[in-house]
Amino acid sequence: MSLIDSVSLPRNFRLPRVDGLVQWIVPLGIIAIWQVASITGFVPARVLPAPSDVALAGWKLLLSGELVRNIWVSFWRASIGFLIGGSIGFAFGLANGLSQLSAKLTDTTLQMVRNVPHLALIPLVILWFGIDESAKLFLVALGVFFPIYLNTLHGIRTVDPQLIEMGRIYGMRDGELFRRVIFPGALPSIFVGIRFALGIMWLTLIVAETIAASSGLGYMAMQAREFMLIDVVVLSILIYALLGKIADSASRVLERATLSWHPAFQKR
Amino acid sequence: MQTALRTSVPETELASRANSAPHARVAREERPLHVSGLSLNIRGLRKSFGDNEVLRGIDLHIPAGQFVAIVGKSGCGKSTLLRLIAGLEKIDAGSISFGDEVQAEDIRVMFQEPRLLPWARVLSNVEVGLGRDRASDDAQLRAEKALTEVGLVNKRDQWPSVLSGGQKQRVALARALVSRPRVLAFDEPLGALDALTRISMQRLLERVWRDQGFTAILVTHDVSEAVTLADRVLVIEDGRIAQDVTVNVPRPRERRSVDLADLEGSILRALLSGDERI
Ligand SMILES: Nc1ncnc2c1ncn2[C@@H]1O[C@H](COP(=O)(O)OP(=O)(O)OP(=O)(O)O)[C@@H](O)[C@H]1O
Ligand SMILES: [Mg+2]
Repeated sequence: MSLIDSVSLPRNFRLPRVDGLVQWIVPLGIIAIWQVASITGFVPARVLPAPSDVALAGWKLLLSGELVRNIWVSFWRASIGFLIGGSIGFAFGLANGLSQLSAKLTDTTLQMVRNVPHLALIPLVILWFGIDESAKLFLVALGVFFPIYLNTLHGIRTVDPQLIEMGRIYGMRDGELFRRVIFPGALPSIFVGIRFALGIMWLTLIVAETIAASSGLGYMAMQAREFMLIDVVVLSILIYALLGKIADSASRVLERATLSWHPAFQKR
Repeated sequence: MQTALRTSVPETELASRANSAPHARVAREERPLHVSGLSLNIRGLRKSFGDNEVLRGIDLHIPAGQFVAIVGKSGCGKSTLLRLIAGLEKIDAGSISFGDEVQAEDIRVMFQEPRLLPWARVLSNVEVGLGRDRASDDAQLRAEKALTEVGLVNKRDQWPSVLSGGQKQRVALARALVSRPRVLAFDEPLGALDALTRISMQRLLERVWRDQGFTAILVTHDVSEAVTLADRVLVIEDGRIAQDVTVNVPRPRERRSVDLADLEGSILRALLSGDERI
């Protein structure tokens, strides 16, 4: 997970200024090699179409409006599922981190449920919801719930007790203590949870859309497979990768903005 | 004059102090800028953790504005005594009373660790020390003034993580001072600092104590620090005050002067004599 990477990097280790470009050298290089390999016939088009063919397929789908519609559907499912599962996980994390009673009441149950891989529930979920939107939202929400729950809980539990005592000494009541000490202290851990959750969100959605859907990127890929449109299949995979990258970058930006106090995020 | 009595009966002292009536606020604002310290009276104070009887009857009177140092072997209960005075632990038996009505802002503690909020800029960290006055209009002004007193006003917008250990401790001192406390308790505040920084921090402590006139209670491992700074050195042994030494050396004191060295020697001998018996 890259948050952990960035936190544990030694202080004085930094790539030079060009690092915005450096990270794209390898992906672009791979595409270039791939293109050459396809043109020379080293990789048959049945196995892997040339990048140019994939781009062309993308262009056609874009013109027909199919691509935008499917991306939008997937994006919508991902965000709504994430919001639902994330908020519930966050709420439980807060409650169980702050209240002994709540933790005693629910933590054991949640830990038990956690040990069931949520994708194993797909057959059950299809029986419950059919291949309706709610099935996908349910799966995504369930998958996202645990990383956020666990990391919020962990973050709150590990806030430095000396700081909490300090807050009390200086007369902070519960609300202020939470706002000034506990929540900011738990935030780095909450972000770790968000990053994990984003990964699980895409994974869940791909699987759910591939198995049970009538729209979305996963569905588009499955349709294309039936008609042997391998360029569309590859396109879908690439778009998934791109969406994952965008979600990750967004959480990074948010992290940088809110954790600017953290030594790992300070500019030197 | 009403006397706030702290005994084993009331529940959490912090809470009751925080809830004190609004008329106390008015009295507080009328107080002259030069704050006078509070006298402290401790009677038959006892505290144990499980079977571990840490304090076995402390009797102590500290006059207002005195600088008292507390020394003793590790684990003898110095921090416990300080935490009891600050209302951070519950009293088992006995009482601690102050010579006047007290509020949360009147008593401040400084620990060995600066305990700054890493996610708050230096100035906001100092503002935390204002207690209930945090929300007032002049909060920032007062925090800036406290930072000036410790010579760090130029760091007001920095994150604590970029400060040195000594600077962090100075910010913690500013935070403790900003509410103009009448009792300031220090639990080895200089313990983690290097020798040079220690000396300049000792000077700083002495200066603010002289300027503000609070009652200072300093727990320290360093007997030479105790005799340099304090009017009086208390030695705690077996849960009681074993020695009460007055340091009759005029200020400003010269470090390593003969008088201080003599005192230091005799206190150290007393501290170590217990070991030889064992
Ligand atoms: N919260 C606590 N629970 C249980 N035992 C405690 C607690 N706080 C302190 N003690 C015990 O009380 C005794 C005195 O502790 P205290 O921290 O007051 O010692 P000290 O004189 O400050 O030592 P040092 O010089 O090493 O800081 C120790 O034996 C310690 O183990
Ligand atoms: Mg101690």
